[in-house]
Amino acid sequence: MSIDQILGLITGIFFGFLLQKGRVLRFDKQIGAMLLKDMTIFKFMLSAILVGMVGIQLLAGAGIIALSHKAMNIGAVLVGGALFGCGWAVMGFCPGTSIGALGEGRWHAIFAIAGMVVGAAIYAELYPFFKSTILAWKDFGKIGLAEALDISPWFIISVFWAGIIWMFVWFERKKL
Amino acid sequence: MKWKTEDGGWSPYLAGALVGVLAIVSVYATTQWMGKTNYLGASTTFVRAAGLLERTVLPDRVATNEYFTKEKVRVDWQFMLVLGIFFGALIASTTDKSFKLESVPPTWKERFGPSIGKRGTGAFLGGIVAMLGARMADGCPSGHGLSGMMQLSVSSFVALAMFFGTGVVVAGLIYRRRAS
Repeated sequence: MSIDQILGLITGIFFGFLLQKGRVLRFDKQIGAMLLKDMTIFKFMLSAILVGMVGIQLLAGAGIIALSHKAMNIGAVLVGGALFGCGWAVMGFCPGTSIGALGEGRWHAIFAIAGMVVGAAIYAELYPFFKSTILAWKDFGKIGLAEALDISPWFIISVFWAGIIWMFVWFERKKL
Repeated sequence: MKWKTEDGGWSPYLAGALVGVLAIVSVYATTQWMGKTNYLGASTTFVRAAGLLERTVLPDRVATNEYFTKEKVRVDWQFMLVLGIFFGALIASTTDKSFKLESVPPTWKERFGPSIGKRGTGAFLGGIVAMLGARMADGCPSGHGLSGMMQLSVSSFVALAMFFGTGVVVAGLIYRRRAS
C-alpha cells in the first residue's frame, strides 16, 4: 500500500469509529432526522462543522493548507441536491454511512451500496448529456461565502457558532 | 447533558466534535504527506468502484468514458478511507455490543412490513437516484455537508439545504403513514 492509501485507511477507521459511536449510521436515525423527530444527526454534523471550521480556517489563513471549494453550479447543486434528497429518504443511508452501517451488522445496507455503484455507472454514461444541459445552466465557480459577501470568514464563523449553540440549547430544552 | 447514551454510545455532540478534530488533523496530514490537501468525502469512491467493476467486463468502455477519465479509476486515499469506515464501525460496534444483524430497519418495517425484498428494492432504487444526485452536485453529506461547510463554500450551504429540504419533504410523504 502507498502512503496515500495507508493514511486514508487510518483516517477512515477513526471516521467510522466515531460515526458508529455517535449512533448516526442507522437507517432509523437518518429517517428520524428527516421526519424531524430525532436530532442526533443534526447534533453530530453541526458539532463536527463548528469544530472543523475553526481549525480549517486557521490552517488556511496561515497558508498551511489549501481550501478546495466545490463549484457553485446552479443546476448541479439544485437538481443534484434534490435528487440526492429523494434517494436518501428512501434508502435511509448516505454514501459514507452505508458502508459504516454494513460494518455494524445492518446488512441490508448492501442493497443501498449496490444501488449507489450502479447509480455511479449510470452517471458516468449520462455525463456528456448532463454536461450540455443541467450543468451548463450557470456556473459561479469555486466560491467561498466570505469572498462572495466580502466579509471576514471569522465574522461568519462567529455568527454560525452563536446560531448553532442557540439551536443546541433549544434541542436540549425541548428534549429533542 | 450526558457524554454517554443509554445504549453505550457517545453523545452526538462529543462524537461530532471529535470528527471535527479528525477533519482538521486529516487536512493537515494529507497536505504534509501527500503534497495535496484532501478533504473527507465518500461519493467519488462509488464512481471508482463502479469503474473498477465495469472494467472487468467492458474495459474499453471505461477507458474511453469521459467521466471515469476525469475522476480516475483507482484505489486512492478516499477509496481506502471509505473502506476504513467499515472497519471503524465494525470495531466500535463489536466492542460495545451494539453490533446487530438487521435485515429490515424498524421504521421501514412499521410502514412497509417485514419483507426483505421490498426493503432491498427500495434501498437499491434509492441508491441509484441518490448517487446520480450526489455526483451531479459533486458531493454528499460528507463532501458537501461536512468538508464544504467547514470551508464555508457557497455551493455546500445550498447543497446541504437541498439534501435535507428534499429529504424532509419526501420522508414525510413516505413514512408518515403506517402500514395497514
